[in-house]
Amino acid sequence: MRGELVVEVRGLSIALGDQPVLRGVDLAVERGTRLALVGPNGAGKSTLLRALAGLIRPGAGEVLVAGCTLKSDPWHVRRSIGFVGHQAMLHPDLTARENLAVFARLYGLDRFEERVEQGLRQFGLVGRADSRASTFSRGMLQRLALARALLHDPALLLLDEAETGLDLRAHEWLLAAFGERGGPRTVVLASHDLAFVREGADDVVFLRSGRVVDRVRTADLGPDALRERYADALATPPAARPGRAVGLAD
Amino acid sequence: MSRANGRSPFFRTVNTLVWRDLLSEYRSREILGGGIVFALLTLVVFNFAIDLRLESAEEVAPGILWIGFAFAGMLAFGRSFAAERERGTLDGLLLAPIDRGAIYLARAITNAILMCIVELVSLPVFVALYNVRAAWGELLLTTALGTIGFTSAGTLVAAIAANTRAREIMLPVLLLPLTVPVLIASVKATAVALGAQSVEPLPWLQLLLAFDVIMVATSFLVFEYILDE
Amino acid sequence: MQRLDLPPSQAHPLAGLFSERSGVSLALVAMLSMGAALYAALLYAPTERIQGDVQRIFYFHVPLAWTSYLAFFVVFVASAAYLVKRAPLMDAVARSSAEVGLLFTTMMLITGSLWARPIWGTWWSWDARLTTTLLLWFIYVGYLMLRSSVDDEEKAARYAAVIGIVGAVDIPIIHQSVVWWRSLHPESVVLASGGPAMPGSMLTALLVSLAAFTILYVVLVLMRTRLELARVDLRALRRRALERVA
Repeated sequence: MRGELVVEVRGLSIALGDQPVLRGVDLAVERGTRLALVGPNGAGKSTLLRALAGLIRPGAGEVLVAGCTLKSDPWHVRRSIGFVGHQAMLHPDLTARENLAVFARLYGLDRFEERVEQGLRQFGLVGRADSRASTFSRGMLQRLALARALLHDPALLLLDEAETGLDLRAHEWLLAAFGERGGPRTVVLASHDLAFVREGADDVVFLRSGRVVDRVRTADLGPDALRERYADALATPPAARPGRAVGLAD
Repeated sequence: MSRANGRSPFFRTVNTLVWRDLLSEYRSREILGGGIVFALLTLVVFNFAIDLRLESAEEVAPGILWIGFAFAGMLAFGRSFAAERERGTLDGLLLAPIDRGAIYLARAITNAILMCIVELVSLPVFVALYNVRAAWGELLLTTALGTIGFTSAGTLVAAIAANTRAREIMLPVLLLPLTVPVLIASVKATAVALGAQSVEPLPWLQLLLAFDVIMVATSFLVFEYILDE
Repeated sequence: MQRLDLPPSQAHPLAGLFSERSGVSLALVAMLSMGAALYAALLYAPTERIQGDVQRIFYFHVPLAWTSYLAFFVVFVASAAYLVKRAPLMDAVARSSAEVGLLFTTMMLITGSLWARPIWGTWWSWDARLTTTLLLWFIYVGYLMLRSSVDDEEKAARYAAVIGIVGAVDIPIIHQSVVWWRSLHPESVVLASGGPAMPGSMLTALLVSLAAFTILYVVLVLMRTRLELARVDLRALRRRALERVA
């Protein structure tokens, strides 16, 4: 199963208004990999994740998840993805159980009560299952959001700075959600937390100004090396690749 | 492993979303409370704004009633989408393998139900305040048809207006011209139901029905173009 | 389908219509036809028996009404085309037709008012055609306001297209409801079921004017669209320049 590409991004460019956010990004992620996107604010990490999640249309280029684009088979793409973004996407007036039940039904899952209970158990929320989400702390909301994202057992889990504001226990839950290393689930996460990246990710991609500037394997680096490579990536200007400049004159 | 494939079943999706929205509203009572108070307030304030002698009350009353419903409705539509944006829950829906039209339909149904609740509370108060006699069957039928028309257009327009800079202004500016047929027909049919006019209400009701069908169908088809993906 | 190496204005198969060269000749055609219309309306047509010379507004008012609705129909078609293919040209045509349409609708209402005053004694009557056109005016205004109140140009185009479609579908219903609501408009001389009840010269003058205003509409939309396409090109250039910057 290794070698199968769960994510393929080719020449992805996205502009918000007139401002380009992603400029010709190429990315390939094999099944079972945990990939971290690292870069300064405004580098395009969130936008790239949202493009993978299908929430933003590519301006140019292609995004393939599990071999399909949103155009060719949107339903397969959506079923393959679990997304946890900055906002919890939960209803404050509904209980934890009700929130999960809604999503389970939206995904058309059979035996959805079982899955909801399983999700609550997996993230230690059984005790508060009948409390409204508005009463939850940040950490608990994140756990509930994770439970929501994993209800339909997606092949690809996308996390946008999901570890911020989580205590140690919640961290462990988060890592446990990744599944086994090399296992069926693929994870792409964006993070500022290099320690978390070292812990949770196999590969790291450095983004700057909407371009991929480097890609390394965490296993090949010592503890401080990651920080150094990050600093390097920020220092060197992103190289315009030969033959890829886009413009009227070309 | 989820054994489900492809798109989730349409009506199940609509059901789930309507249930979700109504439950949410039941717990917070945010929109309903405001809507009812606003409708009742409109009925009362208009009484001061327009000098009503007892004999002419039933001629002017239907118009006042529907202005009240229209304003309360617009308030409600605007709030429902504002809340969706604030919580980011629309993204949650867009991630799911559901028909985009189902999102529209569920929202329209919820809005219609909420509007109907506001109207059911307002109508008895209206009849009392303005001292009119009502043929309740006709009155309720007219209200129902008019509400469907107003809500179907209102939900679509509110979805658009929610993404604009001056959203509180854009909603009425866009919606009111489009829903003139609803207002005209509803007011006329209501006037008949109150005995203020003795014309045939049937053509007006047919017009409302035609508007409802056309507007729901059109809105359902174009809704997906409002979404960003 | 669009080619990606051309600027947006030239990428559409119909783009040739909007080139620089045609501008002057189009303006000349418009001027000449409007001149003919003026002659026909003010000199050629006979003075009407009952209303007198005031009636000559008719030769402007009716064509203005016709072009107002034509313009919105074009908005409808261009909006639908835009949503399907997302061609910037279609969006430019929709916006241009809306702006010209608003202009013509305003003039229709003003001429209607100017005509009504000496004939009916009021500046405004809530008769069916005027009222429907007034609502059309508001729909135009809403459409254009919507465009300027959305920051993202692509979103603005999409939302406006949706309103363009919904509005166009709605207008027949609006008209029907207003007609049932009130009708004071003198029975249309041209459209009465017995055929034109006007003397031949009046009909000729009307048709000349109708043609002239239609030509004017087309010319104005073409020129406005060209301007809009230039703006779209400029934006595309800016975006590509920004893309190269680190």
